[in-house]
Amino acid sequence: MSRASITKSHQKIQELAWEPTFVSPVEKFATDYTFEKAQKKDPLKQILRSYFPMEEEKDNRVFGAMDGAIRGNMFRQVQERWMEWQKLFLSIIPFPEISAARAMPLVINAVPNPEVHNGLAIQMIDEVRHSTIQMNLKRLYMNHYIDPAGFDNTLKAFQNNYAGTIGRQFGEGFITGDAVTAANVYLTIVAETAFTNVLFVAMPAEAAANGDYLLPTVFHSVQSDESRHISNGYSIILMALSDERNRQLLERDLRYAWWNNHAVVDAAIGTFIEYGTKDRRKDRESYAEMWRRWIYDDYYRSYLVPLEKYGLVIPHDLVEEAWNRIWNKGYVHEVAQFFATGWAANYWRIDGMDDTDFEWFEHKYPGWYNKYGKWWEAYSALSKRNGHKPIMFEGDAANYEYPHRCWTCMVPCLIREDTVVDEVDGQVRTYCSETCHWTDAVAFRPEYEGRPTPAMGRLTGKREWEGLYHGWDYADVIRDLGYLRDDGKTLIPQPHLNLDPKEMWTIDSVEGITMQSPNVLLNAMSPEEREAHIAKYKRGGPAGRPAPAEAAA
Amino acid sequence: MSTTTPEKVRSVPKPVFTDAEAGAREFPSSTSRHYNYFVPARRRATVYEDVTVDVQPDPERHLSQGWLYGFANGVGGYPHDWTKLKSSNWHEFLDPNEEWEQTIYRNNANVVRQVQQTIANAKAAGSFLTENQSWLSVLEKHVSALAHAEHGIGMYVYTACQRDAPTNMINNAIAVAAAHKLRFAQDLILYNLEVSEQVPGFDGSIHKAVWQSDPAWQPTRENVEQLTGTRDWAEAFFATAIVFEPLVGELFRSHLLMQVAAVHGDYVTPTVIGVGEADVARDQAGARRLFSLLANDPVHGAANRAVMEGWLASWVPRSIAAGRGLQPIWSQLSEKVVTFDESATRAKTRFTELLTELGLTYDKEL
Repeated sequence: MSRASITKSHQKIQELAWEPTFVSPVEKFATDYTFEKAQKKDPLKQILRSYFPMEEEKDNRVFGAMDGAIRGNMFRQVQERWMEWQKLFLSIIPFPEISAARAMPLVINAVPNPEVHNGLAIQMIDEVRHSTIQMNLKRLYMNHYIDPAGFDNTLKAFQNNYAGTIGRQFGEGFITGDAVTAANVYLTIVAETAFTNVLFVAMPAEAAANGDYLLPTVFHSVQSDESRHISNGYSIILMALSDERNRQLLERDLRYAWWNNHAVVDAAIGTFIEYGTKDRRKDRESYAEMWRRWIYDDYYRSYLVPLEKYGLVIPHDLVEEAWNRIWNKGYVHEVAQFFATGWAANYWRIDGMDDTDFEWFEHKYPGWYNKYGKWWEAYSALSKRNGHKPIMFEGDAANYEYPHRCWTCMVPCLIREDTVVDEVDGQVRTYCSETCHWTDAVAFRPEYEGRPTPAMGRLTGKREWEGLYHGWDYADVIRDLGYLRDDGKTLIPQPHLNLDPKEMWTIDSVEGITMQSPNVLLNAMSPEEREAHIAKYKRGGPAGRPAPAEAAA
Repeated sequence: MSTTTPEKVRSVPKPVFTDAEAGAREFPSSTSRHYNYFVPARRRATVYEDVTVDVQPDPERHLSQGWLYGFANGVGGYPHDWTKLKSSNWHEFLDPNEEWEQTIYRNNANVVRQVQQTIANAKAAGSFLTENQSWLSVLEKHVSALAHAEHGIGMYVYTACQRDAPTNMINNAIAVAAAHKLRFAQDLILYNLEVSEQVPGFDGSIHKAVWQSDPAWQPTRENVEQLTGTRDWAEAFFATAIVFEPLVGELFRSHLLMQVAAVHGDYVTPTVIGVGEADVARDQAGARRLFSLLANDPVHGAANRAVMEGWLASWVPRSIAAGRGLQPIWSQLSEKVVTFDESATRAKTRFTELLTELGLTYDKEL
């Protein structure tokens, strides 16, 4: 279709909307934002007549590549270290995708602009596409990759797992609470515009380097839809900015959305890219380098900062602090170590790091070995099944203090010195950072800086996963989660990649260990005990090392 | 003097033979190659089931920590009380059309091609210019006015409802129905554009005034706006797919336009309308399946039937009035192939059959 024809057709479909006179669409989802009717245009001129054939063509390419991968025995060349992490990633991502579809009516309801509604409705269909195409990719992995365990129980595991919970709160953030906070600022302005770059572009590139060209095939196809979504979000934020009353809310929501996205996405994708790869070429970009390019330059400097000219207050301090956490505070390394510490409660296997990895990490992150090297050596030593417990329960050998969970982002408080403790809603809660504390204690409340915010959402649920199993025998926890293989005794998770049944850990290895919830224990302490405990905790690290006894005295 | 430039070595990842393909080794779970957290309807799960079931979590199935975000009242996720209907197993519903990513784009792209090729052929043949004048008047006013109804349902009923239902299977089916309606509305209005460019005097914009103020369309517009104003997602879906579609949508599309267009020299309209009607039939199959399950629920069936019969009492009169309102259009045709009464009888018969299938009763005269 010619451009002139698209313009004319797009103009024509605007005639479909009308002003209701009998009944207006029901206000299903509340927002504290206010929008005046504005002639905001859809610069991408989205029309279903061209959309469906375009997507069909994209699909044909994806499915052709899938057939080619099977016929060409792609799985003879994929790295197991990489594929194992896909058991976690691909269990998470279809839910945020489908949540994005469900989020569209929230903004359609809130924003009085039929032209924007049209773009949002097409986004809804895109998101159904993304969710199901990703589930189908995972199905192919399950059928053709050597170890299907962890793919076979994918969505049950996602919904009952300590790591899945981090992804669940990400997806739920799109569909609940203030309609504009959730479906525009959190989903589109930050998650899609900023973080899909590392999710759907940087990570697939790493997949290709590990022999998997299907992840890039599917996710680049997904990413090619995102520019339309970004355009939808941009139109809405410009409309919001035209009303002074929204500025305070936008400032609040950008702080929350930026920080939460950073905490969640950088934790997961940073780990997959840095610890899931076997590609240790010195000149391949580290996650920090990718972040600097995709997030800092392409998003922050090129997209977010220019919005200042419309009077939007940008959270410069939080962007810099996110970088500080990644570059100086070892955020990604701490998270990867945490996942490996808790390997027995995973539904994927985690390969240990070897000398080649150490050399690369030291090259990319000078000082890495002194912080994390010993622990990974202990991990490899303790990965052998020879009578000892998983590393998490081998106190002296591991030299690792199991962390408190952040009540807001649900990633643990791994940068120990930044931990914040507060009694909120009658419960002592821990937070990984000042901003996560602010999110729960200040932002997600019915009043913000003296202004009523009746539409703002709430943090709900049993937010500390460990609390579900406080006092349980660890073997019963694994049984309850269902992370056993089909012989009824071998664990799905393993701390190595060896598939020799004699080398694989079994349920009896974790019998007799009592699971404890840091938050339950913290709440059971007297105020004095708690203060001393937290003071010591904050002196701990890096790499989860407990504070020296003399320092605690 | 000669110099040699050292050859630049490209830095690329090296392929490694890992032998990580299925079957390379035997170990526990090495043959566990199906999603094992749900029971498929038949012996083997379909692709549709694999890519759809449980993507939307449910605290009553695997979601162990509950919903992590709530609205201002603390309620999160997909509350069951967003409809009055109750189910002893919401997850029993599977879309009979098995819609997922691949079917959505294949089907809709085929429709787009079919419509565009038919219009292109008609343009090349100059057939719009030879159509009956009274029919062209119906086309510019009423066929095009229908586009508004379809758009309203797609954008403000189905798109809104797909946020609300307790399972991914229901919400995806409704999302696909929304896509159908939105595309059909655009098919109709872009068809209007094509004809207005071909036929001198064809008023391409009069449909807006007709939809907004022509007495024939006001009961229909009122019905559609009422549908958009309904909070209960199941009620909105029921009142659209089970009540409005047979009594208003099909009445006008199948029982008028599809019958009369050809005799007025128009072979394009039946194609455009026909594919829209085929979409409605697919979407209605989903609605019939869903409401049949709910009407026959072993625990809540009787209560659900009472709720649905209450909805019939509210919505049938509105849709009957909307259908009757359209009656003058039958008189505007020069070739009287079918009377309004004949069309209305067919529509009511279809509707009655639908209610019988669902086990529902509507006591009043249609």
